[in-house]
Amino acid sequence: MSDSTLVISILAAAITAGTPILYAALGELLTERAGILNLGVEGIMLIGAVSGFIIAVVTGNSWFGLAAAMFAGGAIALIHAVLTVTLRANQVVSGLALTLFGTGLSGYLGKSYIGIPVPSPFTIQPLGFLTDIPVLGPVLFRHDILVYASYGLVVFLWLFLYRTRPGLFLRALGENPAAADSLGSNVFALRYLYIVLGGMLCGVGGAYLSLAYAPSWLENMTAGRGWIAVALVIFALWNPWRALVGSYLFGGIDALGFHLQVSGVTVSPFFLNMLPYLFTILVLVFVMIRQHGRLTAPGALGLPYDREER
Amino acid sequence: MKSKYLLVMLVGLLSTALLLAGCGGTDKKTSAPAAEKTKVAFVYVGPVGDAGWSYAHDQGRKYLMEKMPDVQTTIIESVPEGADSERVITQLAEQGHKIIFTTSFGYMDPTINVSKKYPNVVFMHCSGFKTAPNVGTYFGRIYQARYLSGIVAGKATKSNVIGYVAAHPIPEVIRGINAFTLGVRSVNPDAKVKVIWTNTWYDPAKEKQAGLSLLDAGADVIAQHQDTPGPQQAAEERGKFSIGYNTDMSKMAPKAVLTSAVWNWGPYYVNVVDAVKKGTWKSEQYWGPMKDNIVGLAPYGPMVTEETKKAVEDAKQKILSGQWDVFTGPIKDQSGAIRIAEGTKMSDQDMLQFNWFVEGVEGTIAK
Repeated sequence: MSDSTLVISILAAAITAGTPILYAALGELLTERAGILNLGVEGIMLIGAVSGFIIAVVTGNSWFGLAAAMFAGGAIALIHAVLTVTLRANQVVSGLALTLFGTGLSGYLGKSYIGIPVPSPFTIQPLGFLTDIPVLGPVLFRHDILVYASYGLVVFLWLFLYRTRPGLFLRALGENPAAADSLGSNVFALRYLYIVLGGMLCGVGGAYLSLAYAPSWLENMTAGRGWIAVALVIFALWNPWRALVGSYLFGGIDALGFHLQVSGVTVSPFFLNMLPYLFTILVLVFVMIRQHGRLTAPGALGLPYDREER
Repeated sequence: MKSKYLLVMLVGLLSTALLLAGCGGTDKKTSAPAAEKTKVAFVYVGPVGDAGWSYAHDQGRKYLMEKMPDVQTTIIESVPEGADSERVITQLAEQGHKIIFTTSFGYMDPTINVSKKYPNVVFMHCSGFKTAPNVGTYFGRIYQARYLSGIVAGKATKSNVIGYVAAHPIPEVIRGINAFTLGVRSVNPDAKVKVIWTNTWYDPAKEKQAGLSLLDAGADVIAQHQDTPGPQQAAEERGKFSIGYNTDMSKMAPKAVLTSAVWNWGPYYVNVVDAVKKGTWKSEQYWGPMKDNIVGLAPYGPMVTEETKKAVEDAKQKILSGQWDVFTGPIKDQSGAIRIAEGTKMSDQDMLQFNWFVEGVEGTIAK
């Protein structure tokens, strides 16, 4: 295998491996932009993976599965919304509880669906002439439709956040909910909305694993990707483009490690597995130094909002 | 304020209902009348739903239930190795289970510890090496099945590069890779087996990725040691072949799977329970050969030729005869030096401490 095809296959593998993380990270990004920390990503992804899988098997149509994953992800996130927005519960505790709950519930629901193949998984569909572009073509345009959709989603979210009024309100919601409130935003309704939307995207991330990447259901199949997504949002400094780059970087670490092994270079896999978190810490250190201790995190992230206390 | 409490109660009620529903599933297995039934317990390291190691043990348990209707079984899933498992095993003994199967290596010391307090309970520990008057160990010579699956792979490869997605660098995995490679090269001396370590037992996406990397490197048959069908799916996606492990993996990759090296615990579980009931059971270290049917090959895929099946059958007869085993010399290591002299059989002791690769393996063992 020549060097250029090797690079192409590593990059293409990085995108496939990064896509479930990207969906989950974009969902978490949306939620955190609204000022709510949701540590339930891992559990929501699992719920998305299992419900998407079950519906895809029952109906024979993976699109229905995808819709079910979004619905289920949104429904689980709704619990978080009730607890953290209405009841003003501790967001960390609620999120962790959701992860534990999602892990257990997904295992229970999926029990009788183990070892069954998906009737029509999302398969690779090269995008015609676009694949002829040197290097970029085979890297970017030889994937399944969910990968293409994730490109679009990143562009959309970036435009939404920085170029539209609702996007501005969303940022205000996380930055200073009292100010957003006085501008006439309904803080509670909007936080509900973005938590649920975030959960739906995490659900898609899970369904990507069970319907496209490794089309099958296995208990705990996310294997920690939800946590990587949470770290990634910080790494990305709450920006969709950096989330995209980060996802592919994190996703590509495995592919890189395996290709190194094949070519006879041994790098400790433990070192490689550590890299995503190491990068996140480095980014934090870098940003804190450069911006004099002012992290670009949404100012009100993690704080419950109470109208009477403003 | 009132509505807030109502909400809390609603959420609480809902989660309780879900939890109860969740428990209902496992309760069923223990709810049969306990009159004079023999109570047998199984401790699993993973979820039964892993479609791999614990799943294979649970298939064995189901076989036991079917063959011996007067046996009542309890399972405890996903029990972490170490202190937690000791508590779980104690509890099972306390509840009056007569036989307790602990099915992971890391339960070894906990099993021994608990056994001292319950001399009338029989403990069977899978894959360990410590015994006591009421503790036996059991395992199967899966390497014999891997050797046969290697023959199938060696016959199927066109590129003469076979990929092996390896789990953790421990003797059991190394032994499997070596046996597989010897099988491959017994029918195709030019073939090489490329090894990638994932350092996982259970991460479907990552293990699939490792399989894809091997396919990128020119492999056209993929074998594996992990508990998920990820590598099989990699082969399926690229239109190549694969060899499964643990259970028949053909459902997950029907066009790729040539065969799988599988565990078949059921008949052994029946034997043990039967012996305990008759009072003939005694502690032993059982490393079951293929002759006992504890390991074997899953049914072949339709692409496997008659010629290949014949080659496998011949080798199988040789193994079943007991005259010859997989690690019978001459066997060379990666440097080409003879490690097992002609006509010598490797001892069980040496096999259990395997830390080198045979000739034909491409890869290194991380220290």
